[in-house]
Amino acid sequence: MEIFGVPSALLGSQLLVGLINGSFYAVLSLGLAIIFGLLNIINFAHGAQYMMGAFIAWLALTKLNINYWVALIAAPMLVGLFGVILERTMLRKLYKLDHLYGLLLTFGLALIIEGIFRDQFGISGESYEVPEALAGGINLGFMFLPIYRAWVIVASLTVCFGTWYMIEKTRLGAYLRAGTENSQIVQALGINVPLLITFTYGYGVALAAFAGVLAAPIFQVNPLMGSNLIIVVFAVVVIGGMGSILGSIVTGIGLGLIEGLTRVFYPEASAVVVFVIMVIVLLLRPAGLFGKAA
Amino acid sequence: MSTASQPTALIKTEVLYTGLFLLGLIAPFAIYPTFLMKLFCFALFASAFNLLLGFAGLLSFGHAAFLGTAGYVCGLMVRDVGVTPEIGILAGTVCAGLLGWVFGILAIRRTGIYFAMITLALAQMVYFVVLQIKATGGEDGLQGVPRGHLFGLIDLSDNIAMYYLVYAVFSVGFFIIYRTIHSPFGQILKAIRENEPRAISLGYDVNKFKLMAFVISASLAGLAGATKTLIFQLASLSDVHWHTSGEVVLMTLLGGLGTILGPAVGSATIVTLQNELADKVGSWVTVIMGTIFVVCVLAFRRGIVGEIQALIQRAGIR
Repeated sequence: MEIFGVPSALLGSQLLVGLINGSFYAVLSLGLAIIFGLLNIINFAHGAQYMMGAFIAWLALTKLNINYWVALIAAPMLVGLFGVILERTMLRKLYKLDHLYGLLLTFGLALIIEGIFRDQFGISGESYEVPEALAGGINLGFMFLPIYRAWVIVASLTVCFGTWYMIEKTRLGAYLRAGTENSQIVQALGINVPLLITFTYGYGVALAAFAGVLAAPIFQVNPLMGSNLIIVVFAVVVIGGMGSILGSIVTGIGLGLIEGLTRVFYPEASAVVVFVIMVIVLLLRPAGLFGKAA
Repeated sequence: MSTASQPTALIKTEVLYTGLFLLGLIAPFAIYPTFLMKLFCFALFASAFNLLLGFAGLLSFGHAAFLGTAGYVCGLMVRDVGVTPEIGILAGTVCAGLLGWVFGILAIRRTGIYFAMITLALAQMVYFVVLQIKATGGEDGLQGVPRGHLFGLIDLSDNIAMYYLVYAVFSVGFFIIYRTIHSPFGQILKAIRENEPRAISLGYDVNKFKLMAFVISASLAGLAGATKTLIFQLASLSDVHWHTSGEVVLMTLLGGLGTILGPAVGSATIVTLQNELADKVGSWVTVIMGTIFVVCVLAFRRGIVGEIQALIQRAGIR
């Protein structure tokens, strides 16, 4: 079976890869957007925290024999806690300064984290077994669908929409949205904004680590796995604009799919297609697809 | 106070710069010239970057693209086309300027944090292009670039001759930056940095000024990159990598953001540190760089030169 002169199995598998990458883009850009909304900081360490999530899962399995499911919950909590400590001890001191200092600080943190992991584990990469319950795959007739990959998509979408629900429909989310609009007034109304900020940063970071654990069995667990990804996610964020939660999710998945398609039809361009789209969006709609005009 | 102290301050600055200039002339007889040349390249690179961040308030996280592109263009021109070194350097600088113009047009459509992310993403695109096209040699980089004869006359394979070329390039570049900062154009850039809406309301076409600053900065970064290729006779992939973009931010921040000598001091510190540490601590270099970053942002935002200036000022008031 062929579609546009391309075997359907190839097209299907590349679209699946695209969808998986898109899910990671969605989870990561969602975390960035939430953090940016309240803290006005772009978290450059997001990629490093994603990598930490993957490494904690790998360490837990190989050194402590802790299985995937526990790691999927525990690793984000640990990295989230790490984020909370960073926010309390460092980021907090920068809120009154130019927002760019937040970017620079988190960039430095990313270098430190990556450097330490590189020293400990080298750059060759470690592999993480797909958990037994999710091993194997289903033959869909036109392509073979590994169950783990389907799980990654379902899990990330669930987390994305869960986050969306929490922000748009719950009381905590209402505080968060109000804090994004005007944190001073929210504080005047008696809400503990500093605590809210700490929680938000921790949650955004935990999302990155969650994506990292999901990614561990698919990609090699490697100290540098986050840094290249995060630059693409930055482009995704520029394309989508950070104004809307659903916007981040849709943009992330859409760009993953486009990247997958490019890999089928013009593989040489697959590494740059997201950046090319960013250029086009900047020319046509500078505020981003879902962004508010600045 | 200002009327009396300004002329003396001016004379002091002139003495300082003349002294530093003379020091540079005799330096290669005391210090290993290749190290000095590397240092001057990065000093020019950081000074060019500082023109943008320190004086126009624009954080470019993609300056490696200009350094690297100019390096590759210069290398290809000299090695494969066979032009003389000065033409190669010129070609690299012009290409970096053109690239800066393209980056600038796109990036100034957004401000602040988005500006940084856009420049970073565009630079990453350049990285992938350099990695994939055949002419650049991919992972191996561009090797075996001859230094050639300057104007077809002076043999640059001699390290001392090469040093004086690099020193001349640095001095010219630094002078351009100095003049730009102290020109009415530089003052308008500062005005934009301090209060953009007010600059607009005063009738300045803010985007035009930002774009011009970006092109100047990119060209000079390119000048540094092209010269660097001649020194080491190679252009490598790491020159276009985002690590280099981050490094130049660090050099500027450590030396003193928005000061004239700061970036040079910062790059001298970092290059020396890297040279000293490279064989001793291995991959911990990244950790140390990151730590300096964090410390600078949290507790040392004025940088080395900024702190010294503040000290002098305090002493002057007393």
